[in-house]
Amino acid sequence: MPIELKDYDPGPFFDEMMAGKNRARPIAKELIGLFRKMDSEELAARQAAADMAIKEMGITFTVYSENDGMIDRSWPFDIVPRVIDKAEWDIVEAGLKQRVKALNMFIDDLYHDQKIIKDGVFPKEVLADSKNFRPQCIGVNPPHGIWAHICGSDLVRDDKGTIYVLEDNLRVPSGVSYMLENRLVTKRVFPELFDSYNPLPVGDYPTQLYETLTCLTSRQLKRPKVAVLTPGIYNSAYFEHAYLAMEMGAELVEGRDLFVDKDDCVYMRTVSGAQRVDVIYRRIDDEFIDPEVFRDDSILGVPGLMRAWKAGNVGLANAPGAGVADDKVVYAFVPEIIRYYLDEEPGIPNVPTYRCMYPEEREYVLEHIEELVIKPANESGGYGMLIGPRSTKAERREFQKLIKRNPRNYIAQPTLGISTVPTVVGETLEPRHVDLRPFILSGRTPSVTTGGLTRVALRKGSLVVNSSQGGGSKDTWIVESGS
Amino acid sequence: MLSRVAENIYWLARYVERAENTARLVRVNSHLVLDTPSGITPGWEPLVDITGLRYYWSAVEREANERNVVRFLIGDTNNPGSILRSLAAARENCRTVREILPRSAWEGLNELYLFAKENVQSGLTKGGRDHFLDGIITGSQQLTGLFGSVMYRDEAWEFARIGRNLERADMTTRIIDVRSTDLFADDLLESRSLDTLQWISVLRSLSGYQAYRRHVAIRVSRSEVLDFLFRHSMFPRSFMHCLDAVDEGIGELANNGRALRSIRSLKRKLNRTDVASLNQKGLHDFIDDLQRGIITLHSSMAKTYFPPPLPMEEAS
Repeated sequence: MPIELKDYDPGPFFDEMMAGKNRARPIAKELIGLFRKMDSEELAARQAAADMAIKEMGITFTVYSENDGMIDRSWPFDIVPRVIDKAEWDIVEAGLKQRVKALNMFIDDLYHDQKIIKDGVFPKEVLADSKNFRPQCIGVNPPHGIWAHICGSDLVRDDKGTIYVLEDNLRVPSGVSYMLENRLVTKRVFPELFDSYNPLPVGDYPTQLYETLTCLTSRQLKRPKVAVLTPGIYNSAYFEHAYLAMEMGAELVEGRDLFVDKDDCVYMRTVSGAQRVDVIYRRIDDEFIDPEVFRDDSILGVPGLMRAWKAGNVGLANAPGAGVADDKVVYAFVPEIIRYYLDEEPGIPNVPTYRCMYPEEREYVLEHIEELVIKPANESGGYGMLIGPRSTKAERREFQKLIKRNPRNYIAQPTLGISTVPTVVGETLEPRHVDLRPFILSGRTPSVTTGGLTRVALRKGSLVVNSSQGGGSKDTWIVESGS
Repeated sequence: MLSRVAENIYWLARYVERAENTARLVRVNSHLVLDTPSGITPGWEPLVDITGLRYYWSAVEREANERNVVRFLIGDTNNPGSILRSLAAARENCRTVREILPRSAWEGLNELYLFAKENVQSGLTKGGRDHFLDGIITGSQQLTGLFGSVMYRDEAWEFARIGRNLERADMTTRIIDVRSTDLFADDLLESRSLDTLQWISVLRSLSGYQAYRRHVAIRVSRSEVLDFLFRHSMFPRSFMHCLDAVDEGIGELANNGRALRSIRSLKRKLNRTDVASLNQKGLHDFIDDLQRGIITLHSSMAKTYFPPPLPMEEAS
């Protein structure tokens, strides 16, 4: 039986590929046409083939579960690609570069003169309560004034079709390896799609990352030694750490593989003795990287790493302290930050955000809690949130208390009806909600991934796209229309 | 190359080789059972001692019959030496060194592990056992072949080669030990045909029957088989051949003084002994001696090249 799309109904939501029942958007016409010609058993068979390929290729992510400890699970992937028009993407790309440039200037300012605070644009008390501001970094001058070399910003599209930035991840954002693997799997499962479409390639990310990292050493070397620092095999993103190290030809190291010598340089323990490391792409949070400076009970990091970094003997990406901008309250100020440093209007809007630290906005949030999503300033992975419309009375009361107790720690946003994309469900296609995480690299010149990682909420009606909470992913295609 | 990575690759290669050889060991004994006239049963319990897993077997507290020993060796998750656990450990090790190894190595190992996991139940049945064991042996050999044909010949390759050959040397002696242990009651050993049958099956278990017949002798005799399996430098599973490979591998590494001394001492031990003339007890003691030499060699590798043990491990 061929696949019918006349019952396909995204409801009040914007669908990325369908303009109405049975009517594909121009950019997705051929793709949808191909699915329509496909028999429903074949669709299921292709999905099964993709699942099998992922299992065989060992594309995994690690989840913790209370009963079984650590589990290495196959990466959930949906075979229907999400297509974005190149013309639209160009605008998004420019907006992301602008945003990250301003964020880097902001971070650098916070660790130096704090002009933005003196000029009254950014409130002093937000910084005072910041969990990720590191006084140890004050006065440090990382190369090119850049702190956040790798940023993963989450984008969503609302029911009117507007794209918003939902949050910026500037600590250790994950997912780029899955973006690359998704493309490989799609090529394996749908080679014929690539004949009619020519999605822009994504595969040069590791090269660009390598170049971004090597500009963090001042040593004139033909091949600076780059290492990816991982907390180890039990980390949920371990697959990605190993993958990126492999793709860049870098060393994948754990803290215990490194030491800082009396000369304040970083060395690796190798079979032929100590070997100097020039740049570290660290995938360990600030608090764990150096027990001499941060948590002294951490065995993940390297004693003396901060000393070596401050002396300019090793490059660290992202720079320690960059996470200060990875705060949902800071997020609420990004439009102002862009205007302040760049004197430009933001290219991509923020989701309207209420800042509970301001009494007026707080009052609104407390009264309208049922309609809003409440987010704590420094959680990730979808934890610690309240989704108003789906909450119980008790939960709302609990959050009202939390907000009153620590207003600076909370923001609120209207519940967005985020967009949908046709997704394989059994032997047919149904709309499922998606977001998009592009990765922005900042080195000598900035670059943005072609598209990014589309995450999809696989459960019907669910808005939760995190893989640790049952989300999946899709290949994301940037396509020149008319091509 | 990082010390930790070197250690992981070394163990990865050892674990894969161990899984393959355990499969061979079970296969020899199974075929021996089939070839043995009815009424005479070779024991299964000696396999527990041959693999050095007595400690874990004791925890099982089961009768040492065929079913239980086979289950213990191929699928017991409480036995760190079982095929399933060896492959799981190899896979874990591989996960930490994926960026060093050819991409297809991870995929191959992953598939092999999944094959073992999904087929272990049928491997426990008499009918499914051969298919299971063959799958393990073929899968391991595919990996070894892959390493040999595409791997960059840097230190990673040397550590894999050293690990694989050291484990193989160890297991070759253990498989020979099957014969020197009391598989049959003493009075049965008098029977010549039974004796020959067993030596053929030892040769077959090491895939050495053909080579032996073509290049050594037509007749299968104890002394010549022993000499072939211990000292023939052209048979890749002979003890000597494995030691030569380890020696070569160590020779390529920096700071190799200590490890070279250990391997050379082991080779001297082998060269000084006329294995063909050893009696049952003498052979068993000689094998013990060689295995102690392997342990010494391993620890000299660890002291020079591997990272210091984790503080937690020292405490436990």
